[in-house]
Amino acid sequence: MEQFKDIMKGAMLIAKKELAGYFSTPIGYIVISVFLVIAGFLFFSTFFLYGQAELRAYFELLPLLFAFVIPAITMRLFSEERNTGSFEMLMTLPLSTVQVVTGKVIAATVFASIMVAPTLVYAVSVAFVGSLDVGPVIGGYLGAVLLAASYASIGVFASSMTKNQIVAFIIGFAICIVLSLITKFLYFISPKIVSLFEYISADYHFQNIARGVVDSRNIIYFTSVIVLSSMASIYQLEVRR
Amino acid sequence: MISVRNLVKHYGEVKAVNGISFTIRKGEITGLLGPNGAGKTTTLRILTGYLQPTSGIVSVDEFLVDENPIEIKKRIGYLPESAPLYPDMMVYDFLQFMADIRQIYDKEKIKDIAIQCGITEVMHKNINELSKGYKQRVGLAQAILHDPEILILDEPTNGLDPNQIVEIRDLIKELGKEKTVILSTHILQEVEATCNRVIIIDKGAIVADDSTSELKSASGKDIRINCIIGGVTFDAIQDALKNLQGIKLVQHIRDAGQLCHIQILTEASVDLRPAVFNCIKDNGWTLYEMTREYRSLEHVFRELTVGV
Repeated sequence: MEQFKDIMKGAMLIAKKELAGYFSTPIGYIVISVFLVIAGFLFFSTFFLYGQAELRAYFELLPLLFAFVIPAITMRLFSEERNTGSFEMLMTLPLSTVQVVTGKVIAATVFASIMVAPTLVYAVSVAFVGSLDVGPVIGGYLGAVLLAASYASIGVFASSMTKNQIVAFIIGFAICIVLSLITKFLYFISPKIVSLFEYISADYHFQNIARGVVDSRNIIYFTSVIVLSSMASIYQLEVRR
Repeated sequence: MISVRNLVKHYGEVKAVNGISFTIRKGEITGLLGPNGAGKTTTLRILTGYLQPTSGIVSVDEFLVDENPIEIKKRIGYLPESAPLYPDMMVYDFLQFMADIRQIYDKEKIKDIAIQCGITEVMHKNINELSKGYKQRVGLAQAILHDPEILILDEPTNGLDPNQIVEIRDLIKELGKEKTVILSTHILQEVEATCNRVIIIDKGAIVADDSTSELKSASGKDIRINCIIGGVTFDAIQDALKNLQGIKLVQHIRDAGQLCHIQILTEASVDLRPAVFNCIKDNGWTLYEMTREYRSLEHVFRELTVGV
């Protein structure tokens, strides 16, 4: 426990610095603006057509949107450091690679949560016009944070592989888009292995939680994605010394 | 204090460091000297734990670098080559971030270091707005923030103007009074000006390891004596000097009006200056100048790395 506290202390210092970094340059604001414009469009374009007091359409497309936006948030985290050389300084500080990777994943997740937070306004305004089922909304936002953390750790892993931010973005995007869309192709796959693909799909687990049913299976899925990709990042940093 | 044994680092096929061993005692300022690409930066990067050696043992105090990297990193202050810092951060925020990671909670410490490194007037500027000299100083401030016992500086004066170079060297000498300093450079004057020990590296191996003064006075192949003599031709001088014991060669450098400038190569074991002087006096010529050429570090360096 004491050891965990020590690890988190170092990780939080990195997270704090990275989070401040998002807001000290225009990039952070641009990403948030783009996200909110697209999210707003997705929400309003279907809301009045369906005439339902719910956020389903918005949550349905969130994994796709995240697959695009979150790698853009994480692409600089290691690539930029490798490119400018500050990576060398970072790695010679008395911090472990676990702390560095954890800190960066936390920073990206917190940033993504800040980005998603304004959309709570939709939930509030829907609650005014109709009787809103609170369960799916709470589930949806909980799922959004878990999904953001998973994609953030994948994005951090992509960023740990290269010093080129564009390449980092494309790798991160490629992995995340597969996890978001894989269930959409299940028509072509033998029904026997459908459940396997469903298990791999981040979208499937997210939609389960967004229905308002928080199952331990879904939580375990997201936790394993986060842990596995963070371990892959740590391995990348260690092995390339 | 720092011990390196049989250090080897390969990048794929390239052997950057090929079996280096040395020990650095407390309180020394050691210069790691070598041509570009000799393996200086690689050696320092392994010492700081940034790179992993292919083989070999590196230890600081009682800690091994691959077993206890964190403990070693706590004891080392490191300024990487060309001081890569976070460009988007303000200098003060950057030093505060470093202080937090080093677990320094004394607010005065950052101020003191800023004064020591002469960066008080740029504390509220962004790092990417700083000149190269200031960047280097911020990098140095970051390296000494936690009062490390060991300071490792990779080409600390690279790219600075002559005034800044003198300032940084003075700062390093000042720090060297209390700390163990290792700096790498390919500039010879730097080593002569700041270090009391030199390790010369070439092609990934150590070719010399001695104190600065020892290396300079170490007997080389021969001693050179330069003379300017008046009222005589070179041929006459050559004939007269030829008979002296120990002279290997008399070279004609140039004639300047009535004056003849020559260089005498003698064996390293004897000092022939009195004999040369007497010879000139006995022949009734006028001696305008006689100097013995001391081997500069430059000579040593060229001898060891190129073989000239």
